[in-house]
Amino acid sequence: MYNVKEIVANKPSRFTAGHRMCAGCGAPALARMILRAVKPEDHVVVSNATGCMEVSTCIYPYTAWSDSYIHTAFECASATASGVEAAYKSMKKQGKLPADKDTKFIVFGGDGGTYDIGIQSLSGAMERGHNLTYVCYDNGAYMNTGIQRSSATPRFADTTTSPAGNVIPGKMQSRKDLTEIMVQHHIPYVCQTAAIGVFQDLYEKAEKAIYTDGPAFINALAPCPRGWGYATEDLMEINKLAVETCYWPLYEVVNGVYHVNYKPANKVPVSEWLKKQKRFKHMFKPGNEWMIEEFQKEVDKRWNDLLLKEEMTNKPEQA
Amino acid sequence: MSIRERLSGNEATAYAMKQINPDVVAAFPITPSTEIPQYFSTYVANGQVDTEFVAVESEHSAMSACIGAQAAGARAMTATSANGLEYMWEMVQIASSSRLPIVMGLVNRAISGPLNIHCDHTDAMSVRDAGWIMLFSENNQEAYDNMLMAHRIAEHKDVMLPLMVCQDGFITSHAIEAIQLEEDEKVKQFVGEYHPEHYLLDRENPIAVGPMDLQPYLTEHKKQQAVAMANAKQVILDVAKEFEDMTGRHYEFFERYCMDDAEFVIVCMNSTAGTVKTVVDELREQGIKAGLLKIRVFRPFPGEEIADALRNAKAVAVLDKVPLVSNVGGPLYEDITSSMFNRGVHVNTINYTYGVGGRDVTADQIKSVYHDLQYTTDMSVPYRFLGLKEGK
Repeated sequence: MYNVKEIVANKPSRFTAGHRMCAGCGAPALARMILRAVKPEDHVVVSNATGCMEVSTCIYPYTAWSDSYIHTAFECASATASGVEAAYKSMKKQGKLPADKDTKFIVFGGDGGTYDIGIQSLSGAMERGHNLTYVCYDNGAYMNTGIQRSSATPRFADTTTSPAGNVIPGKMQSRKDLTEIMVQHHIPYVCQTAAIGVFQDLYEKAEKAIYTDGPAFINALAPCPRGWGYATEDLMEINKLAVETCYWPLYEVVNGVYHVNYKPANKVPVSEWLKKQKRFKHMFKPGNEWMIEEFQKEVDKRWNDLLLKEEMTNKPEQA
Repeated sequence: MSIRERLSGNEATAYAMKQINPDVVAAFPITPSTEIPQYFSTYVANGQVDTEFVAVESEHSAMSACIGAQAAGARAMTATSANGLEYMWEMVQIASSSRLPIVMGLVNRAISGPLNIHCDHTDAMSVRDAGWIMLFSENNQEAYDNMLMAHRIAEHKDVMLPLMVCQDGFITSHAIEAIQLEEDEKVKQFVGEYHPEHYLLDRENPIAVGPMDLQPYLTEHKKQQAVAMANAKQVILDVAKEFEDMTGRHYEFFERYCMDDAEFVIVCMNSTAGTVKTVVDELREQGIKAGLLKIRVFRPFPGEEIADALRNAKAVAVLDKVPLVSNVGGPLYEDITSSMFNRGVHVNTINYTYGVGGRDVTADQIKSVYHDLQYTTDMSVPYRFLGLKEGK
């Protein structure tokens, strides 16, 4: 049984205090909880893409990571981890590393480093079947460089490269569905999660992913107070509303079979989530009601598609 | 007893890699270096090496994976050419600044554009300031020998820098020539094992690699890199001495061919040296004091030694196998003339761009260079074309 108090009390944080990430940022909470899912006796090598998390956690001569850590560049955290994992396999096979001890490989990248510039490296690593867990902390824009739109940015969001102007009202394209792209790699474990409640969904999925034999992918919602424009103390509320509105469904795909982990009894209108964020402020101006309607339509469509996939992949096999 | 064989440059390189038996090889196909990972993956498939072969989806990932593997504590190798090197360029810098002694086979080819798959040195020259040790090879034997010496140099505690062994695309990589191979056991002993001081997979002493390095420390870290590169000079000579003891084959920073009394000297790198040697022999028979200085070690650049070797010449021609498009000389010429200036060596030196995109380099062209050296007094045009079609 999941017990957050026991976990926090008994499993020391491998991601330490003193890092320089913003108050109210979703990412450090994710990193800390995901690393807590590692068995205390196992060693971890973290590979981190360039981004907020990297620049604020490992500034020479300091590091917030108590495990081994490597950062190389923006687009290649997966390829870098591939090399580390290949070295592990080779050295272990040759008896150059202790045979009875395990090391886990976890990659952290933001949505820019994952959906966009890092997708080739990620796709390659997943296809090659390296035994690693990729965690995308998705804050829906290039936050480190100052809130530029990415392919993870939701439609209509106001960013510094998709500003809400007089003629063009924010980002005009919808968000890429990276989780689905990863499912299509036919890897053993893919999931979408968020830090809600007592972090049970996040922790349990991290544990499954890390202890899956083969590649695993976690897409974790990581709200950004600066980019999204919410009060720092509202982080958990923003996470919760993303899930309750079905903007960010919690689900996992294990060996191709979908499981939607949470189905809200009453789906909250997405406007409740949008209105708490400055990046969507222009959508609430008189005359822009259509934007909220369109946004809701897309959320509904994606949610219904997901439920269908769950139904299809769980059908008992035809006799 | 060494073994007499007939191998292409690519085969010789792959064979050296087999004997080195690295922990990880990550590579991506590109002409003309493709055969290296091809031959090597056969060794992997047949269980002749302990290596994990990572068939990456790009050269960028090849170098990223090599960095990850080497930082993890493994010996990592790769091979590439031209655009492949360009694509991994970002990571090439990160490999050297992270002080990871990765070894790469670079089969020299023209970089795009326009697209051309044949030999010149534009690929190597695009990374000449990237902090890698760069060894050049006239033929398959030198490509093999340089590869056997590579890890000893790169992994030396005073160095800890990545190293690339260059050979000419097709001309060397695909030409089958006689070669002396060393026995597996001798190579294994010579190369030795890799025992890094700090590595990611050392669970008792976890480390962080590749931190953000801001104003307070970057300059000092770059100074350390520069010192390591300077240290490599002595290590290269020491390793060459040991290599000579094992094989009888002698290596220095450069080869001096008929240089003792040479008045007219060509400086070049890689396969062209073979053609130049033939011409030098012919000219010597005619009583012309021709000589060749063939650069083997391009980085660290042995500028003082080169300048001293050229001190007594009457005229020097530096052949750059790259197009000259900067309104200034080629990289080899610029480095050599700067070194001569700093060393107080005042010899007329002209620069030729030649053999670009695989254009054939003939003995007649080389003869014309020696002719120019003998009779040119007008130094107003130090940058020249060799083998340019008339009127083009």
